[in-house]
Amino acid sequence: MWGRIRALVVKEFRSLWKDPKVRGVLVLPPLIQVIIFAYAANFDVSQARLGIWDEDRSVHSRALVERFEISDAFRRIETIDNPQAASAAIAAERVVAVLHIGPRFAADLLAGRPARVQILIDGRRSNTAQIVNGYAGRIVEAFARERVGTGGGVALVTRAWFNPNLESQWYILPGLVAMLTFSMTMMVTALSVARERELGTFDQLLVTPLRPTEILVGKTIPPVVIGFGEAHLMLAAAVFWFEVPFTGSLLLLYGSLIVFLLSGVGIGLAVSSVSQTQQQAILGVFLYLTPAIILSGYATPIANMPEWCQWLSLLTPNRYMLVLSRGIFLEALPLELAWPQLWPMAVIGVATMAFATWLFRKRLG
Amino acid sequence: MDEAAPIVAIDGLVKRFLARGRTTTALDGLSARILPGRITGIVGPDGAGKTTLMRLIAGLLLPDAGSIRVLGRDAVAEAEAIQAEIGYMPQRFGLYEELSAAENLALYADLHRIDAAARAQRFAELLRFTGLAPFQDRRAGKLSGGMKQKLGLACALLARPRLLLLDEPSVGVDPVSRRELWRIVENLVGEGITVLWSTAYLDEAERCAEVLLIDGGTLLAAGRPAEFAARMDGRSYAVAVPESGRRALQRRLARDPAVVDAQIQGAAVRIVLAEGAPAPAGAVRVAPRLEDAFVARLAHVRARGESARPTLAARAAADGPAIETRALVRDFGSFRAVDGISFSVARGEVFGLLGPNGAGKSTTFKMLCGLLPPSSGTARVAGVDLGHAPARARERLGYMAQRFSLYGDLSVRENLEFFGGACNLRGARLGARIDWVLDGFGLRAVAAALSGELPLGYKQRLALGCALIHEPEILFLDEPTSGVDPLSRREFWSQIGLLADHGVTVLVTSHFMEEAEYCDRLCLIYRGRTIAMGTPDGLKRRAASAALPDPTLDDAFVHLVADYDREHPP
Amino acid sequence: MSGRLISFMRLRGLVRKEGLQILRDPSSIIIALIMPIVLILLHGYGISLDPRDVPVGVVVARPTADTAGLFTALSNSPFLKPIAFADVREAEDALRRRRVDGFIVLREDFSRNAGGLARPAPIQLVVNGVDANSARILQGYVEGAVVTWVGSTAGERRSPIAAPIALDHRYWFNAELRSANFIVPGLIAMVMTLIGALLTAMVVSREWERGTMEALMVTPASMTEIMLAKLLSYFTLGMGGMAVSVGLAIFLFGVPFRGSFAMLTVIAMTFLIAALGMGLLISTVARNQFVAAQAAFVTTYMPALMLSGFLFDIGTMPAPIQAITHIVAARYFVDALQTIFLAGNVWAVLLPNLAALAGFAVFFFVLTLWRSRGRLD
Repeated sequence: MWGRIRALVVKEFRSLWKDPKVRGVLVLPPLIQVIIFAYAANFDVSQARLGIWDEDRSVHSRALVERFEISDAFRRIETIDNPQAASAAIAAERVVAVLHIGPRFAADLLAGRPARVQILIDGRRSNTAQIVNGYAGRIVEAFARERVGTGGGVALVTRAWFNPNLESQWYILPGLVAMLTFSMTMMVTALSVARERELGTFDQLLVTPLRPTEILVGKTIPPVVIGFGEAHLMLAAAVFWFEVPFTGSLLLLYGSLIVFLLSGVGIGLAVSSVSQTQQQAILGVFLYLTPAIILSGYATPIANMPEWCQWLSLLTPNRYMLVLSRGIFLEALPLELAWPQLWPMAVIGVATMAFATWLFRKRLG
Repeated sequence: MDEAAPIVAIDGLVKRFLARGRTTTALDGLSARILPGRITGIVGPDGAGKTTLMRLIAGLLLPDAGSIRVLGRDAVAEAEAIQAEIGYMPQRFGLYEELSAAENLALYADLHRIDAAARAQRFAELLRFTGLAPFQDRRAGKLSGGMKQKLGLACALLARPRLLLLDEPSVGVDPVSRRELWRIVENLVGEGITVLWSTAYLDEAERCAEVLLIDGGTLLAAGRPAEFAARMDGRSYAVAVPESGRRALQRRLARDPAVVDAQIQGAAVRIVLAEGAPAPAGAVRVAPRLEDAFVARLAHVRARGESARPTLAARAAADGPAIETRALVRDFGSFRAVDGISFSVARGEVFGLLGPNGAGKSTTFKMLCGLLPPSSGTARVAGVDLGHAPARARERLGYMAQRFSLYGDLSVRENLEFFGGACNLRGARLGARIDWVLDGFGLRAVAAALSGELPLGYKQRLALGCALIHEPEILFLDEPTSGVDPLSRREFWSQIGLLADHGVTVLVTSHFMEEAEYCDRLCLIYRGRTIAMGTPDGLKRRAASAALPDPTLDDAFVHLVADYDREHPP
Repeated sequence: MSGRLISFMRLRGLVRKEGLQILRDPSSIIIALIMPIVLILLHGYGISLDPRDVPVGVVVARPTADTAGLFTALSNSPFLKPIAFADVREAEDALRRRRVDGFIVLREDFSRNAGGLARPAPIQLVVNGVDANSARILQGYVEGAVVTWVGSTAGERRSPIAAPIALDHRYWFNAELRSANFIVPGLIAMVMTLIGALLTAMVVSREWERGTMEALMVTPASMTEIMLAKLLSYFTLGMGGMAVSVGLAIFLFGVPFRGSFAMLTVIAMTFLIAALGMGLLISTVARNQFVAAQAAFVTTYMPALMLSGFLFDIGTMPAPIQAITHIVAARYFVDALQTIFLAGNVWAVLLPNLAALAGFAVFFFVLTLWRSRGRLD
């Protein structure tokens, strides 16, 4: 049995590796993508374009403006002197926000009345808007404290575990690796079966003594190995290029990765077992992949989703892998905490492979 | 030569292809003239450059040197003007399988800008002409092979082309449909259309007005088929034998240096003698054919004995029939594709399943190799019930699919390694079997080449080698030599004959009658049932009549099918 | 190159053929019409960058009226769900097990210091920093709750209000900062990328694989006509997907639409032509469905997801990456869509984007036509 499977595995690798175009799409793009996208995938805001509309023009208002200018979060782009100009600048995306200081700012401040400052933010990108608002609030607050010279009241001291400087890349990278590996594995798997069916070699395969289960095992190993290699390449980039700390157990990461890839292959096989042509297989993969990426919590936390979406997200293996890879990288996740993420992936893998085997068997009678 | 100006004039045509850093020359200084108002056949072994020539004439490829003038225009500079006046039917005609027959026709009518008034009349004409009128609403993907070819032809004919290029139009078409195809094309010539027909079947080429014989990218000879045949006068003989010993006799004759060609034909072996060789005793002189000339001509060009014969160990005789079916039935929805077929094949027998396209023979075949479960009835292969232990049965059978279905992106050796491994061979045993195939089928020289890039005849040999790598008891062949040139075909069948004599059971599907001649017994399947079973000569006798005292197997086929239709109107 | 004029009849025939093929293979219809519905429902109902009811632990060393007040203030926040823990160790364990996203520690001296002027009462907030973005947002929420609490108790205290300057914020175009409002336009771009590039790349390479292209090429139909017919058919399909998406966005999710439909149509059409051009180009280069699919995935789908500004703001990317986004057509489309939906016909934004998209459309078309001359080699 193993001899037959080995023959099939060797054949699969040779088929993939022979075609220079296939080689081209399998090796280089993942590495390039992980580097470009890791830089791109960033929720931090820095050097946000700011418009200044200072009606007060006092020493105090200029001091506040200066606070904004020297901060890393903002950079002054233009000076504005009327409401029309402010709205035009935002609408045309010349600035992300306009800081508006009213004419009575200094007077109120000196009189001990609450002085009001307004920030107008472009809400078209709500995430950026929220972060910009947070930065502006912090700058104004620090300014106020200093002016009033108060030492009392309440102070909030924040400490972030696992990622003290709150680096977005540390969060995005392990997830990105999982997502890219997953899509690649699914596509290779789904197409390898659909292609044989279109070219007529599948029948030839079925009349050899290879049993349907053996064919599935033979079709499973190469994508898992390729996915593993790719993931490894990308993880190395994460550690050595982006310097994401790796705190956990490498063995656990490898184990999780293999379970994860097996579940991806299972889904790929299930998709290919219901499709007749390569076109259907590829579209089927995308039909699953696009919602799965969204639901996996790759870009938006699962906890923010309504309950039914959270239920649906249980069906996407990347959901679990994201927790595992981020956890193993940053939190030194122990096996005991990894287990609740591992078994659902295994269940998905086993269920989809069983479904694919059943369908192939059914065709064979 | 004829007075008329040639419709295609080719001078010193050279075409090279660059693939993976290597240049291959497909056409090497070919010159030829094609005259108007007749059918010109292009024949030649696989890889001779027939398709490349067709594509160059159609303006789909640019020549590297030389010139082509088609209908008085230059094929390079005025390709589009030429394309407006020719019809071209590539080997795989571009029918859209999702579209119905009528919709495919409408598409090509639009492309040729046939206006609505002319269109209705032209459609009616072509549909009647091709007999497709009842099927015009059927999806092209669901038409039989013969109907697809006729529809493709109808599409190519829509614009009333002056020149029609047909690239192997009869591959995979049953004898009934093939006759219709010829009738249609001959009518076209009557209307003044010039036809260029490339084919691997020389009985077909015999019907052409003129034949161009191409090999190695050059024109070897040109002339009327009768002229070719006449040159062979006095060299063709038939040697009668009992049907049981005919394969041994054929092999003995084929090895004789005085014999250029030996071919089984019913209860006789037909031979072509080398020039000046004396006829063997008891041989009856027969009329020479174009094929004799072709084989004799190319036997000079090609080194003989290029393909060594595989050596086989005799098999221990086992009990019981090799293949046995009882009341096999297969339904697809409400349609009964196979309706109670029973037969039994003895060990070492070459058994043929014949039948027109869509008669149910492929479905039967698929059930026998375990690719399709029967709806009812039983099938036993090598004593194993396919319903219970399909995998165990598959270990004992070899399978060769209709289309080339090995891995084209792997080399010859890699394909063998894979199929050997999949059949439980490994280590020294696998190495020995691979050597056996490489040497036995003359594949040693191309062991490292990508199998997808081999000429058709080599592919066929490799496919057979892969099917035989684990020394199966039973060999399933699905239209094994359809579209293969006569030389490769002979080689292939002599290897099959040898296998059968060593106890391998062979089951063949075919609608190519030369293949059927090699079978010990034939089963003619039509409309899901067995309508005739017997030896090739037995079937021929059933079709013999006063008008046709000595029918060919082709004639027998057409006759038996027509008889059945008469007795059992659908 | 083709010297012939484009014939209406040939074009009509080819378009009809494409249409029938689309109708008879459900997979393309599913991608064009069902996929947008699924995606928009998921996003409209499901995806939001705004956390709600974030579980946050509270460890109170010595319960007092002040700690109870702060706990109530945290509970009153619509964004937080405080959970009391007996000691720090328990809270830390909960953080590791992801039962809370962070926890607050109120030390023994909290009440004493909160009342006095001498030292500020320290509130320690520990967040799980793995998801940096969520962590930052959580920090903001806790800050807000604390400020509210301080304000509400200011009257009873001698301490001055912590912040003598109040910062008002106003979000333009999207006052409540609904994620759906900005994600849905981005989604439309994703869906149209899939139809335009992926589907088109697949269907053309299929014609090569099945040999139908060879038969078309010997008819009088020129490559321009064949490509134009594909363009028109998949264009219609893409616009159908677009209409479904826009309809759902506006009528089901109440995403505001402040621009003009005419302008939306013009921009969408231009983008679609560019995307189709890319798809056609990929397929003429690949001629094999496997490679075409992979290439479309890498060169169109992933960049549209990552580099278009749909998920991640381009303005915050490093300069070299920003430069790369300029060659992603989806970038211009997403930008234009967000503006036309939420801000209206702002010409200063729409016109440059439209010009860029038109440039892409022309570029890919010329390149495709140049690549696919009417020959096989």
